[in-house]
Amino acid sequence: MLRWIIWRDLMLSWRRRADVLSTLFFFVIVASLFPLGIGPETELLRSIAPGVVWVAALLASMLSLGRVFANDFQDGTLEQLLLTPQPLFLVVAGKVFAQWLTSEVPLVLIAPLLGLQLGLSKQTLVVLVISLLLGTPVLSLIGSIGAALTLGLRSSSVLIAILVLPLYIPVLIFGAGAVQASVLGFDPQPHLYLLGAVLVLSLIFSPWATAAALKISVE
Amino acid sequence: MTPGTYLQVTGPNGSGKTSLLRILCRLLPQEEGRVEWQGAEIHSLGEDFFADVTYLGHRHGVKDELTAEENLQVTAGVNGIKFDKDAIRSALVKVGLSGRESLATRILSEGQRRRVSLARLILSNTKLWLLDEILTSLDASSVLLVRSLIEEHIAGGGMAIVATHQELTLNAGQSDRLELKT
Amino acid sequence: MNLYKYSSPVNFYPLAGRLIPWFAIPAALLFAAGIFVGFFVAPADYQQGEAYRIIFIHVPAAWLGMFLYVLMAVYAGIGWAFNARLSSMMASSISVTGAMFTFLSLVTGAFWGKPTWGTWWVWDARMTSTLILMFLYIGFISLQSSIEDPRRADRAGAVLAIVGVINIPIIYFSVQWWNTLHQGATIRLLQKPTIHGSMLYALLIMLAACWLYSVAVVLIRVRCIILEREQNAARFAEATI
Repeated sequence: MLRWIIWRDLMLSWRRRADVLSTLFFFVIVASLFPLGIGPETELLRSIAPGVVWVAALLASMLSLGRVFANDFQDGTLEQLLLTPQPLFLVVAGKVFAQWLTSEVPLVLIAPLLGLQLGLSKQTLVVLVISLLLGTPVLSLIGSIGAALTLGLRSSSVLIAILVLPLYIPVLIFGAGAVQASVLGFDPQPHLYLLGAVLVLSLIFSPWATAAALKISVE
Repeated sequence: MTPGTYLQVTGPNGSGKTSLLRILCRLLPQEEGRVEWQGAEIHSLGEDFFADVTYLGHRHGVKDELTAEENLQVTAGVNGIKFDKDAIRSALVKVGLSGRESLATRILSEGQRRRVSLARLILSNTKLWLLDEILTSLDASSVLLVRSLIEEHIAGGGMAIVATHQELTLNAGQSDRLELKT
Repeated sequence: MNLYKYSSPVNFYPLAGRLIPWFAIPAALLFAAGIFVGFFVAPADYQQGEAYRIIFIHVPAAWLGMFLYVLMAVYAGIGWAFNARLSSMMASSISVTGAMFTFLSLVTGAFWGKPTWGTWWVWDARMTSTLILMFLYIGFISLQSSIEDPRRADRAGAVLAIVGVINIPIIYFSVQWWNTLHQGATIRLLQKPTIHGSMLYALLIMLAACWLYSVAVVLIRVRCIILEREQNAARFAEATI
């Protein structure tokens, strides 16, 4: 049953691939604005690169979060998903996984390009990708709580940002910290372990929270 | 309610028909009272309860980007119903959508989309149907279709609760009416 | 006396009204006492001079900002789990006072920072954590205020508050971690100074005053919330008869 939910959401994103692409372009454009605002000095860019790429990733994933449940809510398919004979947190987990695959993985794939633009070394690019691979699922998981809470509200997209961005801070600190450590020639592993720990915690807790929030919002 | 019964819920707008149906399928918690299914409180039944219930609401619950066929596949799949291509085709033929199976539902008309959600009833193997304003935007032939679907369901020992302000009388089974007032 | 009776908002309303003076008046007296001890009894600090006196409000505000968030989450959680309306109303009521104290601690922190560190804002671990706490409060309040149905607002707020409470230790830890990695940019806060006895008294008196004040204000606000919501309920009940 779970695989049908994933299949369904992947299919839907494929039919609406423009949405996925626009998130990706947003990510690239935001990250490209920083050199224009700050100046082209390689040293400076290299030192801000970890933060820039990570903050851009946070903002880009905010954009796609609004869509996780809102479309299904509008056409009534969300109700139908709530009424399927399987635990709701599994439905949520399936949807979040599909969202991660379609909206976050493309960001991870294009991030090395942005890293190159900002003058990161090959070694650091690897750390960047690993940190994003560990961190972006957390963004999807925590973000889905915000998306579920704000379902059907006016100005929900701004509200999601207000609710979710503060909760993203640990991911930002550990994720950008890993890359920063690598830039400075330190060992990025402690950061990555912490990021992994945050991932495990959010895997355990957030599907439940999202399921609870969905039930509240659909009533 | 016992197997093989049909309950028509009527009442003016805002009398709580939709709320009643949503309470019955746990989408809405009731303020007071108990709802029981086979002798157990529905909230204590967990997800298994949903294996016995199908709810069709105001909104069709049909994905515009998917074709009629895909919509049905997904519905059957997430509900854990065994199905094959033929079952889905024949359900779509039955609701009069043959030849339109592989069109995105976006380009179908309102009534045709409603028919896609009706096809879901054919595929379902649940005992209790909760149908909310199912006749809206359906033409005369579709109304007949709905009637025959419900009749068939009830003849097979199913139950149906239909909220509507249009009259929908059946030829088979035991019928009841529940009139809600504001 | 049947305590359970007071879990109903309508019964709690008059009780809260009677309780308020018992908290408000001691709060005012303790504030006066705390300010007196803080300004006139406690000596000037040999390092920071007179400017340090702002900690008499800064520290209690920071503590309350934190405690009240946890308390708010507890009330919201109880309200959600047991469908207790009054408990959820208390949570909404506490959120505003908590946000106020967090804001106050940021502002007083800035006022203290200027003479002490020579700058209004430092990305110090505690300041940063307090700022994030402020964001969490803002999230809670804006979520609740954008949901029209009060029961949904209560429950949605409860989920958010609980998620926030689970996250706060992680956030604090991460900010601490971030801060120690960027040591160069920070200035150490209070290296465990030996607190003069009267300084401690002033601090404790002010803390007690802030607590009492919070209770009084939360009760006043919860009375307003009860009035607002139950009146609607009463009107609705009338209309349906």
